[in-house]
Amino acid sequence: METEQERDSSPPQPGRRWVSALLGAGVLASIASFLYPALRYVLPPRIAESTSSSVVAAKVGQLKDNTGIVFRFGSEPAILIHTPDGKYVAFTAVCTHLGCTVQYRSDLHEIWCPCHNGMYSLTGQNVSGPPPRPLAAYKVHVQGEDIVVSRSA
Amino acid sequence: MAGIYRRIMSWVDERFGTGSVEEFLRHKTVPIHRHTIWYYLGGMTLFLFIIQVLTGILLLLYYRPTASDAFESVQFIMTQVQFGWLIRSIHSWSANLMIFLVFAHMFSVYFLKAYRKPRELTWVTGMLLMFVVLAFGFSGYLLPWNTLSFFATKVGTDMAGFVPFIGKWILIFLRGGKEVTGATLTRFFGFHVAVLPGLATLLLAMHLLLVQRLGMSTPPSVERAIEQGKEQRRSMPFFPNFLLRDIIGWYAALGVLGALAAIFPWELGIKANPFGSAPAGIRPEWYFLFMFQTFKYLPAKVLFLDSELLGLAVFSLAGAVWVIVPFLDYKAGFGKVTRFFTGLGIFALGYIVLMSALALRT
Amino acid sequence: MTRNTLLMIGVLMWALVPAGKARAADSCLTCHSALEGDFAKPAKLIEGDVHYQAGLVCADCHGGDPKDNSMSAMSPAKGFRGAPRKAQIPEFCGRCHSNPTYMRHYNPGLRTDQLSEYLTSVHGKRLKQGDTKVAACVDCHSVHNIQAVTDPRAPVYPANVANTCAKCHANAEYMKGYKIPTNQFALYEKSVHAAALAGGDTSAPTCTTCHGNHGATPPGVSSVANVCGTCHAFNEQLFDNSPHKAAFAAMGLPGCVQCHSNHEILKPTDALVGVGPKAICITCHSKGDPGYAGAAKIAGDIAKLQTFYLHANQILGTAERSGMEVSAARVELSSAHSDLLKARVTVHTFDPAQVQKITGEGVQIAQKSYQEGVAALHERDVRRKGLGLSLTFIVLVILGLIFKIRQMEAKKPPASPGSAERS
Repeated sequence: METEQERDSSPPQPGRRWVSALLGAGVLASIASFLYPALRYVLPPRIAESTSSSVVAAKVGQLKDNTGIVFRFGSEPAILIHTPDGKYVAFTAVCTHLGCTVQYRSDLHEIWCPCHNGMYSLTGQNVSGPPPRPLAAYKVHVQGEDIVVSRSA
Repeated sequence: MAGIYRRIMSWVDERFGTGSVEEFLRHKTVPIHRHTIWYYLGGMTLFLFIIQVLTGILLLLYYRPTASDAFESVQFIMTQVQFGWLIRSIHSWSANLMIFLVFAHMFSVYFLKAYRKPRELTWVTGMLLMFVVLAFGFSGYLLPWNTLSFFATKVGTDMAGFVPFIGKWILIFLRGGKEVTGATLTRFFGFHVAVLPGLATLLLAMHLLLVQRLGMSTPPSVERAIEQGKEQRRSMPFFPNFLLRDIIGWYAALGVLGALAAIFPWELGIKANPFGSAPAGIRPEWYFLFMFQTFKYLPAKVLFLDSELLGLAVFSLAGAVWVIVPFLDYKAGFGKVTRFFTGLGIFALGYIVLMSALALRT
Repeated sequence: MTRNTLLMIGVLMWALVPAGKARAADSCLTCHSALEGDFAKPAKLIEGDVHYQAGLVCADCHGGDPKDNSMSAMSPAKGFRGAPRKAQIPEFCGRCHSNPTYMRHYNPGLRTDQLSEYLTSVHGKRLKQGDTKVAACVDCHSVHNIQAVTDPRAPVYPANVANTCAKCHANAEYMKGYKIPTNQFALYEKSVHAAALAGGDTSAPTCTTCHGNHGATPPGVSSVANVCGTCHAFNEQLFDNSPHKAAFAAMGLPGCVQCHSNHEILKPTDALVGVGPKAICITCHSKGDPGYAGAAKIAGDIAKLQTFYLHANQILGTAERSGMEVSAARVELSSAHSDLLKARVTVHTFDPAQVQKITGEGVQIAQKSYQEGVAALHERDVRRKGLGLSLTFIVLVILGLIFKIRQMEAKKPPASPGSAERS
């Protein structure tokens, strides 16, 4: 900001120096306060990429046959089931009745909602109890060691 | 220190001829009169444009332009990326402020007759820039892929389909198909980050070059007062006096943007579902509201014309007239203020404000 | 449920039997279409009838000879049966519908026990006693334009059943002398079941779901819990294992409907449980007995979880509106909501310990989510402080610039023309 006017002037008055100091400090501090968020933004976040459309639900071998686990998918719980005949299937774990989290019943080979005893088959179809609609299904792929669950669309 | 600085500058000058730029800046002045305040609008708009470019580049680091990922990636920026909420909120807020300033700049130039000879081309490039900025807004609105933007885009692009003969082709070109789909999103992304910035840069360069060559226009009313001796011709150096004042405005704008972003972070909405039904209260961004509202008031058929076609024709014609206004109002070049054009400006401004207010009220 | 589904599928298949069978000239239709008034009605209506579409003709029900073009077509010698009197209608329809061998040609899945069921119903018994005001087949199914139960136009389509029953049962004038209420339909209309049915869920219960259709009769005190339990199996199971089961039976009280009412089954609220003014528990339990204390405990625990859940939900909402990300806490909190719903179902055990086990878990989760909400709001305040700091610097710069400009211009007023040239 050094301008010709300043160079012209004979010994700078105290007020003038004070203003320059204020201005210089202010500019530096404000620029720092603009750059700080930008730099933090550029640094990779804790989770390196947007994982809302697919997520690693489990590792191969982690789930025995005829068991299921509930995991977080985006902002909702989802359920991954290793069926008795050795396939993986995944659904949203939000019951279509009143929104409780469903679980796998290995004794019945069905998905069960504990709140009102709602039952879904292993294709997600509502088969008994109050659920009015089937559970939305997700796609499951095995990539190496990971079991990846992804939304269909 | 000063010695090194001077040596570097002279080294650059010998190879680049920066001396002439310095020389030019030293002579550039800005007139001082009661309307000087309006001179700051252009610089402010430029500043916000630069903010848009910078935050836009930052957003590109994480954004994904596909139907399955767009919403999630913006959500990711808002929630996982450090200060992502700030960058995205500033980008959205700044976009809206910029569009407001573009309108304010345009109307101030219009009413001060700054478009008159020899600045016709400055006006034309400015108007084209305004259309580009509106296109930025329209394309950017869709990118978060939420319900509201999805349906607003659907309605907006529908309009293009009413253009006679080539309407269908334009519609398909804009949407990348017959319907608004993921293809539209990817396309709009391309427009938003490549095509429009390219156009904007070109037009902006022309606009700024013209402003520098021709200097600031003094309004005819002030010009007359000076001729009549009622007022003295005053001016201030562009550098540093005017520029420092500009910077004050820019800093204030930064403060306002930061505060808006921190206190009112831009909402994300609900992810678009192309097969879902349109929610109630679908409306475009506020800067398209006056057109949106007009279409609501038009009867289904006027004579033999569909109302959409009629509205489209009227707005296109009005836009075209606005672009070539310096040539229509050529008398302003001789310092003659034509009442008709002032009235036209007041009508246009009033119409836009009234229609927008009506649309916001319902 | 499954039974009904099978029935529907059966009827649907029947309806789909190719209708376009070549029809021979039918003297019944020819003559009756030319007649006037009631004589012509059947000939017009029959076009839309499911039987006609399956290839049956007038004579298949009414007898006679459709090939005979004279009045002799309707002579008893040609097997003409004419229109049945009211008391004869059930057997008239049952001639085919109770004959499995015959019905198999049209729809092997369709049941053939309607007539025998009907004879056990209140309608059927009264008809046999000579009361012709009661409903027989055609009163519900209509006549000559009978449609399949899956056809939304049919009076027996699930969404239309209540109205069909109400034609008689809500008509106080018509029902005079039967000594039963006529407000069931009005009450049912207010119920959750009617709302669910109106909402498009055709599996939601209507009159016939609980009373039976052909065997319509009020469920007795002993079978009420079984009737409700066909859908609300879980609640039934809990109730059956609770001390109330035996106590209610001993006192001759019906199960479910004692608290939930019968036709006007409203959405249950937490106020029904406990010792408050709207609570049902206090109709039997009074201060001092253990049931009273238990009811108070159950209601208190549920209310506590509800409060904790609402608080957590509220603070997360505030955080979300401030632009904070709390989806992880939201996912956690959803299990507190599950616990709340579970606790409400567990009320049917009438066991405070079991309810508390569930609400206790829920309260813990809700508390944790609440803490996460507090943390999110704290983070929001940190953001605002950061903004404050940045704004301070910005104001500093602006002030500095203003001073600078003043100093600059005080020394050398730019107001003089051509100041730029002098610098």
